[in-house]
Amino acid sequence: MSISLTDTKKELSPHLKDLENESIHILREVAGQFDKVGLLFSGGKDSVVVYELARRAFAPAAVPFELLHVDTGHNFPEVLEFRDRLVEKTGARLRVAKVQDWIDRGELQERPDGTRNPLQTVPLVETIEEQGYDAVLGGARRDEERARAKERIFSVRDSFGGWDPRRQRPELWNLYNGGHLPGENIRVFPISNWTEADIWEYIGARNIELPPIYFAHDREVFERDGMWLTAGEWGGPKKGEQVVTKHVRYRTVGDMSCTGAVLSDAETIEEIITEISTSTLTERGATRADDRLSESAMEDRKKEGYF
Amino acid sequence: MTAALEENTSVETLATRSTLHLCTAGSVDDGKSTFVGRLLHDTKSVLADQLSAVERTSRERGMEQLDLSLLVDGLRAEREQGITIDVAYRYFSTAARTFILADTPGHEQYTRNTVTGVSTSDVVVLLIDARHGVVTQTKRHLTVAALLGIKHVILAVNKIDLVDFSETVFNEIRDEFVALAQAKGISDTHVIPISALLGDNVVEKSDNTDWYTGPTVLELLETIDVSDIDDSGDFRFPIQYVIREHGLDYRGYAGRVTGGSVSVGDAVSAGGGRTTVVTHIDSTDGPVQTAGIDDSVVLRLADDIDLARGDLLTCSDRPEDTRVFTATVVGLHEKTLKAGVKVKLRYGTSLVRARITAVESVFDIDTFEERDADSVELNDIATVQIQLASELPVEAYSARGRIGSFLLVDQADGNTLAAGLVAA
Repeated sequence: MSISLTDTKKELSPHLKDLENESIHILREVAGQFDKVGLLFSGGKDSVVVYELARRAFAPAAVPFELLHVDTGHNFPEVLEFRDRLVEKTGARLRVAKVQDWIDRGELQERPDGTRNPLQTVPLVETIEEQGYDAVLGGARRDEERARAKERIFSVRDSFGGWDPRRQRPELWNLYNGGHLPGENIRVFPISNWTEADIWEYIGARNIELPPIYFAHDREVFERDGMWLTAGEWGGPKKGEQVVTKHVRYRTVGDMSCTGAVLSDAETIEEIITEISTSTLTERGATRADDRLSESAMEDRKKEGYF
Repeated sequence: MTAALEENTSVETLATRSTLHLCTAGSVDDGKSTFVGRLLHDTKSVLADQLSAVERTSRERGMEQLDLSLLVDGLRAEREQGITIDVAYRYFSTAARTFILADTPGHEQYTRNTVTGVSTSDVVVLLIDARHGVVTQTKRHLTVAALLGIKHVILAVNKIDLVDFSETVFNEIRDEFVALAQAKGISDTHVIPISALLGDNVVEKSDNTDWYTGPTVLELLETIDVSDIDDSGDFRFPIQYVIREHGLDYRGYAGRVTGGSVSVGDAVSAGGGRTTVVTHIDSTDGPVQTAGIDDSVVLRLADDIDLARGDLLTCSDRPEDTRVFTATVVGLHEKTLKAGVKVKLRYGTSLVRARITAVESVFDIDTFEERDADSVELNDIATVQIQLASELPVEAYSARGRIGSFLLVDQADGNTLAAGLVAA
């Protein structure tokens, strides 16, 4: 009997094999140490890779984690379709926490800039509490952003979901300490040590399906703050912002209102790897308005419970 | 010119690259963040948006040159105070290798962070200020590196420009350092004169140190051979998780090989007379015949013996089950450890109740002598006796596979109190 998963397209490089071995070890530690685990799943490439690693870590059994999507309501329709298809195909359990529900109840207020990414924190923290997750897996990587570079693989959050960078536990060897007080939970980042290039090489090597918006395509966009945004119900374009058709792709997938497309001709994974190896901008710098709010935007959001 | 400076790294070379884990350590003001910033900058690992942020902040602070330390000090408090508080992890690559760098703070009270950084590294890069030479902190770092079984240490003699690129100063430092490292059992040492601020000998060879004929720091990191870190020893496989799929009648034991290797057909033991044979090894690439050190795999066994998370599978030279052992521990928490304190002990995939029965001595990191003590404080390195509530097959620490390492965990709040190494 063999384990049937996506066919392996080609052998992993020694570096990718190291990363995969480590991530699978971490995912199995999570299954071994915790009772109820959520896996944050946005349909973005990093969460897709975490889910793929989880499938490989527990095959032929089912993944022992529930997928949790904190839905801003400003999703790319292609990403939602992809999410639902993947759930259907793999038999995943999916829970959706909708930011809109919190807004409707008056517990969250729309921001003047229309961006809902920062609004995800409250639904995330409250869903963790309501569901009683003792661990939550996320696809954050340390190379993404300098506050994330300081993050542990097992990261303790207080009962308010907050991150205290000055009280982090030292993390030694390959011993991951999931101990915590009742009410606290542990955020776990199994692909902490992967870079953007590693993610793409792995996607290529493992032949992993992604939402189509990662690949270059024609799209109606308008320019704001030097980024190409997609028009949508979230409130764009404003007066004076002209909609044009461009050949673009997305390097990251977040809320439509703060995730910009990049001009690109990269239609295959190989072309994407070549493109990012020559890019002069980081993926978040090129495409994420939410990180531009201040020098410590990510650190501040993490302290409040953002992942 | 090094490979790092080639504009494009082809997809083909990416496919064969391997990983080097290293950590950097130094005292406050040795310029370590600047060094790491320089390494990232000169290997083209810093992109335009990151650089423009650094330029902006450097300008705001009235500096003439780029303050590359701003690239790595990720926390607001670090940037405000101009010091590194916490370990940060950095990633860069050249055509030759991919590097994972643990950047550890230099401030004395954060020595525990050095232990953390060193614990996942093959190579340690120590920075010192050429004007001050080998200082107490250098000796501490060497002590920690030696304790954790590090074989390869690079000493970067920084701010060589501030001693007029003097060969004499460099040679004195080099000789003192090499003697010290050898006394601690670190066999492979390299000493390089650098200026992190100006870039001399970090990535590119310096014209200012024509008396130095060795490699730059990056050239050395690209070529240093760490494959000799001990042979991988006897087969060790701590079971992490039991994978069951009833429909397929599948039952497998998932874990990571921490020592030696195992093949289909090998007889394995779980202790207590429980022995069986490996019938299948399932990897993420499907069934394989053999699994080696560091591989995450699932083993299927011939007999349905009672096994669970925390059990250790071995082939030969199985360590004896024990309840009492001696260990070196490093205090990582403000909470004092002394005889009688009850904790949880995390060893491999086991978590058992334990008690410190005696504190024998503390290694004084200033005098480098053992002294009598009855407690272990934050940043202390101490020898203690530990008693376990149930037997475990513990064995002496080995850097390869991190066998014999453990954590002491607070039984109330789950905090990590100490890191431990089982004594030989």
